[in-house]
Amino acid sequence: MHPLAEKMLRKSALPSIYCPGCGHGTVLNAYLRAVDQLGIFDQISHVGGIGCSGWTPVFLDSDTIHALHGRALAVATGLKLANPGRKVTVFAGDGDCTAIGGNHFLHAARRNIDLCLIIMNNEIYGMTGGQAAPTTPSGARTQTSPHGNPEPTLDACKLAVCAGASYVARYTVAQPRRLTRAIKEGLVHKGLAVIEAVVQCPTQAGRYMHGTGSPVELYRIIKEKTVDLSQAAGLKPEELAGRIVTGKFHQDPSQPEYTEQVYGLMDRARGGS
Amino acid sequence: MSSVIRIDQVFCKGCRLCLEVCPRGVYEAGTERNAKGYLAPAAARPEDCIGCLLCEMTCPDLAITVTVIKKEKKRCAAS
Amino acid sequence: MADEVVIVQGNEACVRGALAAGCRFFAGYPITPATEIAELMARDLPGSGGVFVQMEDELGSINSVIGAAWGGMKSMTATTGPGFSLMQEGIGYAAATETPCVIIDVQRGGPATGQPTLSSQQDVMQARYGSHGDYEIIALCPASVQEAFELTVRAFNLAERFRTPVILLSDEIVGHTREKLVIPRDLEVTPRTRPRARPEEYLMYRADESGLLDGMPAAGQGYKILVESQTHDETGNRRGGDMEASARLMRRLCEKVTNHLDELTDLEAFGCEEAEVVVLSYGSVSRSAGHAVKMARERGLRAGAVRLKTLWPFPDQAVARHVGAAGRVIVPEMNMGRISREVQRVLRREIGVVSLPRLGGALPTPQEILEAMGGR
Repeated sequence: MHPLAEKMLRKSALPSIYCPGCGHGTVLNAYLRAVDQLGIFDQISHVGGIGCSGWTPVFLDSDTIHALHGRALAVATGLKLANPGRKVTVFAGDGDCTAIGGNHFLHAARRNIDLCLIIMNNEIYGMTGGQAAPTTPSGARTQTSPHGNPEPTLDACKLAVCAGASYVARYTVAQPRRLTRAIKEGLVHKGLAVIEAVVQCPTQAGRYMHGTGSPVELYRIIKEKTVDLSQAAGLKPEELAGRIVTGKFHQDPSQPEYTEQVYGLMDRARGGS
Repeated sequence: MSSVIRIDQVFCKGCRLCLEVCPRGVYEAGTERNAKGYLAPAAARPEDCIGCLLCEMTCPDLAITVTVIKKEKKRCAAS
Repeated sequence: MADEVVIVQGNEACVRGALAAGCRFFAGYPITPATEIAELMARDLPGSGGVFVQMEDELGSINSVIGAAWGGMKSMTATTGPGFSLMQEGIGYAAATETPCVIIDVQRGGPATGQPTLSSQQDVMQARYGSHGDYEIIALCPASVQEAFELTVRAFNLAERFRTPVILLSDEIVGHTREKLVIPRDLEVTPRTRPRARPEEYLMYRADESGLLDGMPAAGQGYKILVESQTHDETGNRRGGDMEASARLMRRLCEKVTNHLDELTDLEAFGCEEAEVVVLSYGSVSRSAGHAVKMARERGLRAGAVRLKTLWPFPDQAVARHVGAAGRVIVPEMNMGRISREVQRVLRREIGVVSLPRLGGALPTPQEILEAMGGR
């Protein structure tokens, strides 16, 4: 077994539920490296939602809460506020986070609560068999858009920045080092760190949207679509359509962080400074 | 430059991303199914490994462990 | 130091009870007639070292209450009908994961938006069956401001002992009525305790013979908790596809409550021995029912009263014992007649069980109940 897996995975929960070639595994891989390089695994509680992504915390040999669909951020908010000294990482799928969990996503960002949120975006609802999600490209064929997706696509990173998250970045499975670095930055960042990881879903999105179940072909598609933020700035909207813009969109550790606000309020209420 | 490359036969699901990402063609498609029924790739040319670790970092199942035996003098640009 | 005596509304009594019971986390959302609970928690929790959050909705409220429980704090939320509906998935989650927490439902007229400022008892069945799936729940019904305090404390204690969400089924009348509250100097509070087992030996969901778990761990204590709402085994690992393990878990989750029916049963019975007619009531309706029974006895009727303080699990044996011999049981309620059906079920007869539904928002009067009893 890989030494990081030996150190940090919950053996009783293995093998993972990820399909062969699922990008979630690469994100977990990057997370383990980030946590190991920082040496802080024992300081972190993990919360996941429902869906393939949401299983990730279960595979981690730590304090783990497998929450309801869309509610991981709400659970994490309570967990963090009850014990602010511990770090909390939330793993959520794109549907879990931006559809059913959208309200909690919006307000966790607005509060800028000190959590590390990793959105594993495979542009589909994978666990339930491949239905359209808010992040599914327009026109794409899925199980609930067999005639093509009539809906526009949500950019979760833009939403996070607008709502107030103080660290927002996006990388793909084809950028493991940059993803690891972003996760490290997110883990030490004070405030809500939103890291969107774009991943392939060979079984659902692959077969229905891209006509292939090959992890390698889907990996190539992701690489092909990727454009770095520095270059995206010079492109016209038409040129950016359908592309995956990666990079660090926002980083400001000076923004007020929610846990500090709440505990500061408590100190004042108790007559402290 | 060479490495010892271990592929965990319990966890490898034969997705072949390692073949895809390796810049030196160290891997080749597997010919024997492992205990779980997957065609796990084999590290056919570990002596060509440059220690970039892309395979180890990309593997969705953490099935690959690369131990670099001799380091190249040149360093990669990406950290 | 003497007991403290104040005059407060029921909602405030709930807050004082929660704080006295050790509640240190409240998450809620404004909704009439429960909002005062959130407002008073916002005012008083921080000074007691507790956390108040106004979450973005009721789903956020119940879920953050659950998160806080696993973070080590006794936690609570308060709402009414529409919010109670939104919280049901979370309540089922708390039941399935054995998360101790308290949910106050200050009932108002329903369904849907219903009657925001008027009382009802329309959520009694929802308290029992509101979430999907099969599970047991503990629900307590205060009938006075004093009881709003006492039963909130009891709710927290039961939540700790049974590792389950407990519902305080209040209503707008109790919530908004101002009465004397005596806060006892000495209060029995069940503390949050860690498991007795050492982390190396601890299993998340290993229960004793009666179905109860070992303490309540929190994140950061070294237990590597695994809170999983899919049916699971003792380690917390999922077993949804395992029919036997799933059945075993469900049975234990239900039996851990029903095995302790005697302990959970809490009712007051008066004059039931040799009574011809008994009035069975709960919550604010008991205030009228008590008067009606008094009036009946003054008129020479052999009348008795049963007042339920624990509504769920329904106290089958105790109810049968007290009302079984009476020729008639009158059940006044501010709904279409729901607990009357429980009484029929327990007595195995419909004959002699008279449902007295009172809709619209006002308490049934003692006179109405007296007339139904056959008095005048």
